[in-house]
Amino acid sequence: MTVNLNQVESLTLQGQIAVPYTWWVGRVGSRFLIALRDEAKIIGNRCNRCNTVYVPPRGNCGSCFEDIDQFVEVSNEGVVSAYTVVRFKYPLQPVDTPFAYALIHLDGADVSLAHIIKADLDKLKNGVRVRALFKERSERTGHILDIDSFQII
Amino acid sequence: MDNIAIVGVAQTKYERRKKDKTYYDLVFEMTKGVLEDSGLTLEDIDNVITVSNDFLDGRTISSMAVGEAAGAGDKNISTVEGDGTFGAFYGAMRVLGGFNTTLVVAHSKGSEGDVKHITNGMFDPIFQRLLGLEAISASALQANAYMDRYGVREESFARVSVKNHANAKNNPYAHLPMELTIEDVMASQKMADPIKLLDCSPVSDGAAAIIIANEAHARKAKTKPVWIKGIAHCAEEYFLGDRDLTNPKSLRDAAKRAYAMAGIADPLKSLDVVELYDAFSYMEPLWLEGLGLCNPGDGPKLLDDGITTMSGALPVNPSGGVLSSHALLVAGLARIIEAVLQLRGEAENRQVEGAKTGLAHGINGPCGQSHCVWILGTEK
Ligand SMILES: [Zn+2]
Repeated sequence: MTVNLNQVESLTLQGQIAVPYTWWVGRVGSRFLIALRDEAKIIGNRCNRCNTVYVPPRGNCGSCFEDIDQFVEVSNEGVVSAYTVVRFKYPLQPVDTPFAYALIHLDGADVSLAHIIKADLDKLKNGVRVRALFKERSERTGHILDIDSFQII
Repeated sequence: MDNIAIVGVAQTKYERRKKDKTYYDLVFEMTKGVLEDSGLTLEDIDNVITVSNDFLDGRTISSMAVGEAAGAGDKNISTVEGDGTFGAFYGAMRVLGGFNTTLVVAHSKGSEGDVKHITNGMFDPIFQRLLGLEAISASALQANAYMDRYGVREESFARVSVKNHANAKNNPYAHLPMELTIEDVMASQKMADPIKLLDCSPVSDGAAAIIIANEAHARKAKTKPVWIKGIAHCAEEYFLGDRDLTNPKSLRDAAKRAYAMAGIADPLKSLDVVELYDAFSYMEPLWLEGLGLCNPGDGPKLLDDGITTMSGALPVNPSGGVLSSHALLVAGLARIIEAVLQLRGEAENRQVEGAKTGLAHGINGPCGQSHCVWILGTEK
């Protein structure tokens, strides 16, 4: 039997993939998240060879290929080095649009931290100073969004 | 480097939904198509590389599902998870390493999954992914930093979209051939400032394949061989905040190495055609800077001065580029294929007359975290 495939209806089937993951954060990342949760402080770490202060902190310096063991507290304030006001919606966004993503160069750090800005979006520009707004202690769980957002100062 | 050549190419039409074909069908069709183009048979192929991504396919070890469709039953087969240019790079290495021929085949059907969820999965799960970042918003950060650093205007990006969608009208494989104006692009839906809908590439379904051969086997093929003169890829930092998003340093490094391998001192003079990975309109000028075709910040000027248009000194993306057809992973391989067609003189309505040296380029990771650069030529 020969079938004219052009006349066959194209069916679809719904997938059922929902793979649950539980990520171990690692000790260095845990130190960072615990500082957010318990102290409302932002912790980075410094490579002893190139002096780069990384936020979030990490176990080793990729450019020096060296372990890092020296934690440093960086400021809760810094400047915006890049931003975008997001207008489109999709389910994994943590807040309603419009909101902004920004790369924030915290005082005392040498790299920028990616985070969100919710308010005063019309005042947003590169170089503007911002400060971390922490959630209430009872709402903080050891999560990057224990910093609710950054606010323009 | 020994002389190795691309002796066969095949690609599907790129479109929103390929309802009538599975991955398996597409890979089979491309494998048959690339053999037919080259005039070689499956017996002439001793190594196969498939290119796929498990998140996109919704399948664990997705490569295992397409081996037979790639004709790899009794052959060496391995996989690259990443853009097709990187799969082809590995294919070239296999031929340099002693195989006679390598068939590289890439497939993806963005229509079957959810590309925003999948590109969110590029980011580390602890510090960046939970913010909801995905390809569009991350790229918007890069476009913003680029504009701010060099005073680039949104209209310059819009002009790239107008050029490439118009070029796509000459490419029968393109997903979105369109006649647009700068005003159309500027007025399109705001996605993540400064990126608007018409600054974004579409999500396409598609597949593509090439065959790479050593010199002895290149002679067996019926096609005009296109020689691989230089190839390199480099990567930079994973965290967005660690990078200077306005300076694509891994592209600079990769381009420098590929040019050196190909003996190119002045790429703007030596190259006849460029096919690059413009997933967003701002990427074309930024990547042209990274490729050393102008000074940092002068990328938009290349189009303003008409250099990168079809009638200019160095046409960029005569095919319409990724902006007009974006099957993830396949898109880089399509850049190589388009460069090959140009050098074979078979690019029909999109042909750059007399093209002898071409550059193809692909990226992996957010905001071009890694870049792969190919220099192809008509002469050994
Ligand atoms: Zn270091």
